[in-house]
Amino acid sequence: MATYTLNINGKKQEVDVDPSTPILWVLRDHLSLVGTKYGCGIAQCGACTIHLDGKATRSCVLPVSSIGEQKITTIEGLSENGDHPVQKAWLEVDVPQCGYCQAGQIMTASALLESNPNPSDEEIENAMNGNICRCGTYLRIRKAVKMAAKS
Amino acid sequence: MTLVKTKIGRRAFIRNTGLAGGGLVLGFNWLASCKMTPEQVRSLPKEWFELNGFLKVGDNGLVTIMSPNPEIGQNVKTAMPMIIAEELDVAWKDVIVEQAPLNTTIFTRQLAGGSQSIRQGWESLRMAGATARHMLKEATAQAWQVPFSEITTKEGQLMHEASGKSAGFGEMASAATGIEVPEEVELKENTNFSIIGTDIKNVDGEKIVTGKPLFGLDVQREGMLTAMIVHPPAFGMKYKGMNAESVKSMPGIKDVFHFEVYPEDTEKQWSDGGGIPELVAIVGNSTWECMQAKKALEVEWQEDSKLESTAYHDEALTALLEKAPEQPARKDGDVEAAFKKAAKIVESTYSAPYLAHNTMEPMNFFAHVTPEKAELLGPIQTPEFLELTLASRLGMPVEKIDVMMTRMGGGFGRRLYGTFAVEAAVISQKMNAPIKLVYTREDDMTQGTYRPAYKVKYKAGLDEKGNLIAWHVRGAGTNDDLIFENRFPAGAVDNYLAEKHSLQTNVTTGAWRAPRSNFIAGAEQAFMDEVAEASGKDPIEFRLELFDRAINNPVGEPETNDYDPERYAGVLKLVKEKSNWTSNPNGKSRGVSAYYCHNSYVAQVLDLEDGDGMPKVGKVWCAVDCGIVVNPLSAKNQVEGGIVDGIGHATYSALSFKDGKPEQSNFDRYRLIRNTEAPKEIETFFVDNGIDPTGLGEPSLPPIVGALANALYKATGRRHYSQPFINERPPLVG
Repeated sequence: MATYTLNINGKKQEVDVDPSTPILWVLRDHLSLVGTKYGCGIAQCGACTIHLDGKATRSCVLPVSSIGEQKITTIEGLSENGDHPVQKAWLEVDVPQCGYCQAGQIMTASALLESNPNPSDEEIENAMNGNICRCGTYLRIRKAVKMAAKS
Repeated sequence: MTLVKTKIGRRAFIRNTGLAGGGLVLGFNWLASCKMTPEQVRSLPKEWFELNGFLKVGDNGLVTIMSPNPEIGQNVKTAMPMIIAEELDVAWKDVIVEQAPLNTTIFTRQLAGGSQSIRQGWESLRMAGATARHMLKEATAQAWQVPFSEITTKEGQLMHEASGKSAGFGEMASAATGIEVPEEVELKENTNFSIIGTDIKNVDGEKIVTGKPLFGLDVQREGMLTAMIVHPPAFGMKYKGMNAESVKSMPGIKDVFHFEVYPEDTEKQWSDGGGIPELVAIVGNSTWECMQAKKALEVEWQEDSKLESTAYHDEALTALLEKAPEQPARKDGDVEAAFKKAAKIVESTYSAPYLAHNTMEPMNFFAHVTPEKAELLGPIQTPEFLELTLASRLGMPVEKIDVMMTRMGGGFGRRLYGTFAVEAAVISQKMNAPIKLVYTREDDMTQGTYRPAYKVKYKAGLDEKGNLIAWHVRGAGTNDDLIFENRFPAGAVDNYLAEKHSLQTNVTTGAWRAPRSNFIAGAEQAFMDEVAEASGKDPIEFRLELFDRAINNPVGEPETNDYDPERYAGVLKLVKEKSNWTSNPNGKSRGVSAYYCHNSYVAQVLDLEDGDGMPKVGKVWCAVDCGIVVNPLSAKNQVEGGIVDGIGHATYSALSFKDGKPEQSNFDRYRLIRNTEAPKEIETFFVDNGIDPTGLGEPSLPPIVGALANALYKATGRRHYSQPFINERPPLVG
């Protein structure tokens, strides 16, 4: 076990965990930030996507010991009142069905728009390709990303 | 106005009492409540008046509506309350929705399955709303001393035109609780609907996009431990022994033990199908610590029955297709005689592999079992059956067992089989502690309860004019006999023979979104395309001629044919018109398909486009007849999801076995459809016929496989017989 001070959603958080613990489980089990989801544990489905210094990152394979000073943003910290343009577009388009993968989708989409504010259709599809949605909401995801880009 | 008898039952009308999970002072905790706008939070009523088990009216006019059925992404948590709100005549903005607890005294059929929630709930939900409205009107009539018939309602207001009086529902709610439950209530005419038929957004939307705890996996309680299971690595193996001592001393690990999920004397329900009788449990402080212990633990297994491989399933199913069963499932006329005189004969065999459900949220459940009571909370499609099994397994009366439902991260049939919840309860009982059982993705994918593997052989005979004179279908599946003998084209062909076999295997199977239909629709509609081509007719015209036959002169007793040929032909004509079928756009290859299941009719046209020399799915047109569409917005979402799901699994997904062991255990080797591979566009059209609503969660999936196969033939010149189509060359691209 070791103590880590993490910068999560703009707040310093201290945790005492095994160094190998993926940040996903630190967030979920130790800090009760359960918006970040477990889907596969091997960085294949994107449900666990967070921002690490603003970049979309898979938290399920990211050991807590590797974080250091990097800033973590989770779905809970993406916006103060759930009003990030991507979140608003997601509601406007009524994207979710079961909803489980959507936090990861939103984190991927918001990181994309941060680095590329006007992505082409192809760039949107390619960026979102790492996030599986078992309900098949892909068409609305594309539409919502485009809507958020325009706003 | 339609008058209906109130059949909900007097026990459903509990006045001012603490309904399980609710009551007058119901807390708006994170699990239960949703769709609370800031305005609603500010204006929460001081007092709630429960008019029946489905709803309560606040003194300020806000209405809380219980959504009775489990939510798996089919959006019943929005649609079912919409139906109640419609008949209550309250404005949707004044509605708060809560997930109802399991209570079969009040709510009928609290089950998510078979696309039946709306169809089977339609009458009782309308009645619940109408009954409450009736009681509010009666209370108002008494208060104002005017005849009941002169009171009207609109959007939460009660009005008396002659005197000009009006009052909000909240003002009359208290008095309404004293009104006798009516024997008969009036239902609205469809033309007067103001909520049903409008686009209402997902009531959990805001919570979903902000990452609020909604799902079973998100449950956390004081003192809660995490539990994981280790199951046999192969079907046909069972527990032999283990030395767990060193693992028990790993950091954070509380206990490791072998346990029987289902001892012999357990009274099992159908929902326990696929359950593994003996497992190993690992219990610890956190998920990661349990995962580490799981990796380190060495369990010995022994062979219990045959270790089957995919090659064996293939051979055994193929062998079954070669022989006639003792009895046909249906026989009209004489197919053999007809084949002898046929001008043309078409014959083909289609196959599909096992599939895992792969809900994005793996199986999990919270359980806290003490000697006094059992509290269960989690994602389950069949809570009622779970409660019965728990009563037997825990040795506890059902009154002491509370099953609560969380929103589910997908179902697709997997959570009909609540074996994981039984496991959680047994582990909690043994630990005497609250626990949350969590399956890893690998546990989830290799545990069983799969969509069966299927094979089907078709043979059709045409006369000189290209008329279908004989149809023979023989199908087989693993633990499933595949064929719906009374579905189309039964009733439309003089000589018809349907035969079916089931291959018993120890690889466990279960319902997977649109059971059987998810394969047989695609096979049948691909074969229909081959037969239409042999007949020299347009594939839509060929099908319509068959429906004409079934309408005008059906073969067999019309009631034995499990479809309405007019509605079937209706969706086909609609999709023909909307897709402008007669024109074949340049560079695009089209396929058509139509199917009936879950009481609904769907026809689809799919265009393939050239994607750098490879076919890629372009636009899909979809015509649906599911009767009244409660929420067109989410109905379209369901249809789109089914289409993407159907294309995805038929194209990319397969689960195979080697010596009883699944060869795929995670999304690195089990391929699911991704964003770039989904259709470019889907356009959905609903038939507006005012018929009571039917299923929608499943019906759009089965036919799309046929439309895709038929378009692939146009694009590649080759028929695709074997799923997943990605294994055919050239493959589809994303």
